[in-house]
Amino acid sequence: MNAGTPIVAAEALTKRFAESVAVDGLTFSVDRGEIFGLVGPDGAGKTTTMRMLAGVLPPDAGSIVVDSVDVVADPEGAKQHISYMPQRFGLYEDLTVDENIRFYADLFEVPSALREERATRLLAASGMSQFRARLAGQLSGGMKQKLGLTCALVHTPQVLLLDEPTTGVDPVSRRDFWRILYGLREEGVTILISTAYLDEAERCNRLALLYGGRVLYCDTPVALKRHMPGALIVITSSAGRDARAAIARLAGVSNVVLVGDGVHAVVDDSRLRIPELRQALEGVNVPFANIAVGEPSIEDVFMALLDDPEAPR
Amino acid sequence: MFERIIAIIIKEFIELRRDNSARFRLIVPTILQMLLFGYAATYEVYHVSTAVLDLDHSQESRELLSHFTASNRFDVVEEARSQRDITAAIDRSDAAVALVIHAGFAELLRKGRSAPLQVIVDGTNSNTALIALGYVNAIAANFAKDYATDLAQRISGTAGARQVQVVLEQRPWFNPDLNGRWFFVPGLIGTLTLVIVVNLTAFAIVREREVGTLEQIMVSPIRPVEFILGKTVPFFVIGLFQVALIVAVGTLWFQVPFAGNPLVLVLGSVLFLLSTLALGLLISTLCSTQQQAFSLNFFILNPFFILSGFSFPISSMPQVLQWLTYVNPLRYYLVVIRGTFLKGVGLGVLWPELAAMAAIALILLATSILRFRKSLE
Ligand SMILES: Nc1ncnc2c1ncn2[C@@H]1O[C@H](COP(=O)(O)OP(=O)(O)O)[C@@H](O)[C@H]1O
Ligand SMILES: [Mg+2]
Repeated sequence: MNAGTPIVAAEALTKRFAESVAVDGLTFSVDRGEIFGLVGPDGAGKTTTMRMLAGVLPPDAGSIVVDSVDVVADPEGAKQHISYMPQRFGLYEDLTVDENIRFYADLFEVPSALREERATRLLAASGMSQFRARLAGQLSGGMKQKLGLTCALVHTPQVLLLDEPTTGVDPVSRRDFWRILYGLREEGVTILISTAYLDEAERCNRLALLYGGRVLYCDTPVALKRHMPGALIVITSSAGRDARAAIARLAGVSNVVLVGDGVHAVVDDSRLRIPELRQALEGVNVPFANIAVGEPSIEDVFMALLDDPEAPR
Repeated sequence: MFERIIAIIIKEFIELRRDNSARFRLIVPTILQMLLFGYAATYEVYHVSTAVLDLDHSQESRELLSHFTASNRFDVVEEARSQRDITAAIDRSDAAVALVIHAGFAELLRKGRSAPLQVIVDGTNSNTALIALGYVNAIAANFAKDYATDLAQRISGTAGARQVQVVLEQRPWFNPDLNGRWFFVPGLIGTLTLVIVVNLTAFAIVREREVGTLEQIMVSPIRPVEFILGKTVPFFVIGLFQVALIVAVGTLWFQVPFAGNPLVLVLGSVLFLLSTLALGLLISTLCSTQQQAFSLNFFILNPFFILSGFSFPISSMPQVLQWLTYVNPLRYYLVVIRGTFLKGVGLGVLWPELAAMAAIALILLATSILRFRKSLE
């Protein structure tokens, strides 16, 4: 296959439920071997999109091609290429870690030697080697997710669809989880991951910002930050609350949020607004150590985009 | 394909072994029902008011009646002098049962022949009357047996033991249906496997839906039919095991006779189990949580019991309800069970029931599989 063709291509994907449009004309493509993020808050349509990509939910309109298989026309045929880990991965809680892995391996008819080799490696990578005989129901939330990933990976898929795999997972397990994903990327597996955690978005090669069933932007994390309307201003202050009150209503200032050591705000034009902010703070005698343009996070970009009337909706 | 089905079957058995609540649902109702129907619901009746009329005035007739006087099941309230007294006693409800020994009773017995005992029962309380009739039967049979032994001793060497019987007039011999235990314990094979197999099957599938493993499995290359087979085979095996267990306890512990061909019972059981599996599958397609499955089970299964003839005779139901019983596989299965156990009849008699069960199983299976496939979408 031609290296230039995307391995996953969704076009004008639409899904309506009784009272709402969950996914509204979604178009994006994923290149072979990248980690692609579907990033958006709850209700943005991530799960619905994933289920359509996995072939378990037929779309109302639009097309999906995965590894040159038309998923809409031939969902069964696509299953050999895809591994899908639903938001709530179905583990059998009465089965041990090993029995769960074995069950999923058997469903995909993985030879036992290969299964053993993969399971050993994946469990070691997630720090779960000593829990192989433990019942899945007795694992922590993070370990359950890692076991789910192991089960989903036991048959060497080309494309891995992970729906909010890190929701409710502790930071250590989350880090393990991402390490495994990077390892898979090395092996050439294409990974589509959805998340509501905007900090995780930075870990993806490319991502689509999803809101209300539509893509706001689709790009690399670095390029996305360039789409930031205006600039992020970081005010370091010991009196964050007062600082926020002082500047919240100023013209050209939006998204004023308290952070640990002060306040973040988005302004339309930093050169024009920084002096105004400084003046406003001094006017009400709020102490502050520093005021400067900061590097926005994806979260800042996303929030700013939501408030920006010119952003695509 | 087989590897996937076997994977599910193995998984199902492991889960069953570890799932305390499933084990509870499997074992407790079985034990409880067997105890209940084996001991409590045997329709025991004591002190039935009885009128007697002895027109033979022989030693034998007095002997037979004394058996009734001695039994705590019968209270002889009237020693009548004529047939008219008897009729009056029954009409006035002074007696629920009347026994009449006609002249010539002893003579027939002495010749080693069958002698009649006329029994009149008050049909207004049909249950008590029928049970009482069973006891009359038992006492008469006992009497006849003892008498035959005596007779054989007295005339030993001539003709050996001859068959002496006391025949109840107007009623078939040894109507086994009058023994509550014999009647109910085999019936439990049907009712218990129905509850347990439907219950286990429905829960096992609904649980996968509820926990989310169903969606997980459906994105694997497994086909719905493979999933259904993998899910139902274990409960089919458990159902057969259940049948064997109740048969064993019923015959060995409760001493219920098994007169017929075991293979006919096996065939009937297989056909019945197919219906129960289909029913479980059907219920599972209508529920998304185990809680729902629990209540739906209850509502769906109850009519199956009531309209089966397990405890209420079908012939006394209103016509509309009688029609409904024709689509109830339990109705046919009970006929097969009681037929093989008590009457000893085989395929020649039971084939219509077996055919009906096969047809119902086929329709139920087709419907439930179609519905299940749709429910995946
Ligand atoms: N099966 C469904 N029936 C009706 N509405 C649904 C269903 N699934 C999702 N939705 C609706 O579609 C929207 C998107 O949901 P979802 O894809 O789950 O979002 P996310 O995964 O990003 O949180 C939500 O408004 C949700 O209520
Ligand atoms: Mg979701």
